[in-house]
Amino acid sequence: MKSFNLLAVSLIALVLALLLPLLALGTSALGVVVFVLLLGVSFLAAYRDERRRTWLSALIAVAAAVAYPFVFSSTQATTIVFFALLYVAIASSWNIIGGFTGYISLGHAAFFGLGAYTIALVADRLNLPGGYGLFAVALLGGVVAGIFAVPMGFIALRLRTIHSFVIVTIAYLFMYQLLGYNLQGITNGSSGLGVPQPNWSGAFFNTPFYFAALALAVLTVALAYWIRHSRFGLGLLAIRDDEDKAAGVGVDTWKHKFAAYVISAVPVGIAGALYAYFSSYIYPQTVFDPMIDLTIVLSAFLGGMGTLLGPILGAMILQPAQQLLTYYTGAAGWDLVLFGVLFLVVILLMPSGIVPTVVERMRRVRVLEAVRKADETEGVEPNTAAGGGAR
Amino acid sequence: MSAVLAVEGVRKRFGGLEALSGCSFSVEEGSITSLIGPNGSGKTTLFNAVTGFVTPDEGEVHLRGEPIQRLTPDRIYARGLGRTFQQVRVFARLSVLENVLVATSRSSVAQGLLQRTKQSERDRAMELLRYVNIARLADVPAGSLSFGQKKLLEIATILVGEPKILLLDEPAGGVNPTMTGQIGEKIRELNGQGITFLVVEHNMEFVMGISHRVVVMARGKVIAEGSPDEVRKDPKVLEAYLGA
Repeated sequence: MKSFNLLAVSLIALVLALLLPLLALGTSALGVVVFVLLLGVSFLAAYRDERRRTWLSALIAVAAAVAYPFVFSSTQATTIVFFALLYVAIASSWNIIGGFTGYISLGHAAFFGLGAYTIALVADRLNLPGGYGLFAVALLGGVVAGIFAVPMGFIALRLRTIHSFVIVTIAYLFMYQLLGYNLQGITNGSSGLGVPQPNWSGAFFNTPFYFAALALAVLTVALAYWIRHSRFGLGLLAIRDDEDKAAGVGVDTWKHKFAAYVISAVPVGIAGALYAYFSSYIYPQTVFDPMIDLTIVLSAFLGGMGTLLGPILGAMILQPAQQLLTYYTGAAGWDLVLFGVLFLVVILLMPSGIVPTVVERMRRVRVLEAVRKADETEGVEPNTAAGGGAR
Repeated sequence: MSAVLAVEGVRKRFGGLEALSGCSFSVEEGSITSLIGPNGSGKTTLFNAVTGFVTPDEGEVHLRGEPIQRLTPDRIYARGLGRTFQQVRVFARLSVLENVLVATSRSSVAQGLLQRTKQSERDRAMELLRYVNIARLADVPAGSLSFGQKKLLEIATILVGEPKILLLDEPAGGVNPTMTGQIGEKIRELNGQGITFLVVEHNMEFVMGISHRVVVMARGKVIAEGSPDEVRKDPKVLEAYLGA
């Protein structure tokens, strides 16, 4: 087991190393790597029980993210991290239903698209100009996604099996895509919709978007953190481990899942709206895109489902990698190859993801120590239960 | 003594199989009642019907005179009826302490979103873990406990909600004799504190040792009830077990 995990870590390091020659082509790209490493390391350090260290590390990470566009101001550098932050928000939000309860939604791109179309349609119908005001409309995208999530969650969670939930959510994504193509009076079909652009000058253009995405990412992670440590969150985790048992000890499982589903739709909707605004034009196939769901799920898998850090780490690794690959190899689809390989590596060697693997290692050492100490003071026979580790 | 739990004419059909065919009996306040019967006689289905995991096709279940057969499991739990499962079940990836905290009295989802577990609840949970002798494993993931420790954790978990009635599905199943004795001891002790018990168990020695009353089921019906001695002598019971 131990050597296998080491192998997994080294394989991931290898994948990243393969990316490095590509990165070396530009200092801005190097900046991305430094940034990602800094974030990753500080978040990993944060994953301890000690509160103060957690807050300190989170603060360092946020400070690094704030400083980043001033240090690496090229459009390319900020664009890559803009997308990475967007996916940090999306994956962390998805994690509230997918990771905490284990109900894997493969249709969260539906909310992404709903947010995107909301901002495009509202700006169009109300004749809003591009500018800071549209960021407020992006928030509306989240509200709309949340409202749509109510009937969607109601239907998807009717049957109490995860399998049916997964299938229904996939169906949602394609239903919305079809509607996007066919409700031509509203969506303009496959010709897509434009979003009015602000008249910010070239070098400055990315900055407001970058900080909007950063704010969204920070708030979403804070939301996930809050939920994880609330009574509600404990109920969600209980559902993941054993839904019947959870119901048997008083968790209103249906309401818990439903609330988690609706909550998790909101940040994804906002992210979709920010994406639409940033990319200026949307089509059904770009915002109701199965690739979005794949990216979310792979980010969460890679980092570790159900942990707070996992989706952040996963998104911070995957998104820049995908962006850079697409940037340097064109639309040849090498990013899909990377996704495929990573999926296999994660499932084969680290099925629980990076964060749980690392944490489990640290925790095992600490718990064994604590149990041994307790045994010594109580004078109990040494107990091997903690080390049994049937996982 | 009055009936705290009453099952009246409960029927449940799964496809072509009638698992419960008009099952009636009652559990008296403050008693330890055991439910026995051959495999497939409907004991677990009855447990599920009483605790809301299965909705009866017909019949009623009354808790202190109020019908509960349409309520969901979490509501029934909130009314003071707790249960354990036949196969030992814990929240494997939560710590032992968190396992117990899941079961602390719950408010609405909205309140749950705003609240964290209180220190007093943590203290109470730790107290219960000490009561079942697994306090030192509080931070260990529950999945890595031994089978017996998981059983003890289940008991601590169910106790934290301060149930008035506990339904235990095979508390002594798969446990060594020493541990069986300990579990029987705890049941008697808790019964002394006023908790009513309904226990499904195959271990006859265990059943006869702790029960005030025994209810015998066969083929989805109650075929006999009474004190352990009465039931032991009942020819219908022997017939059901030996399959005359």
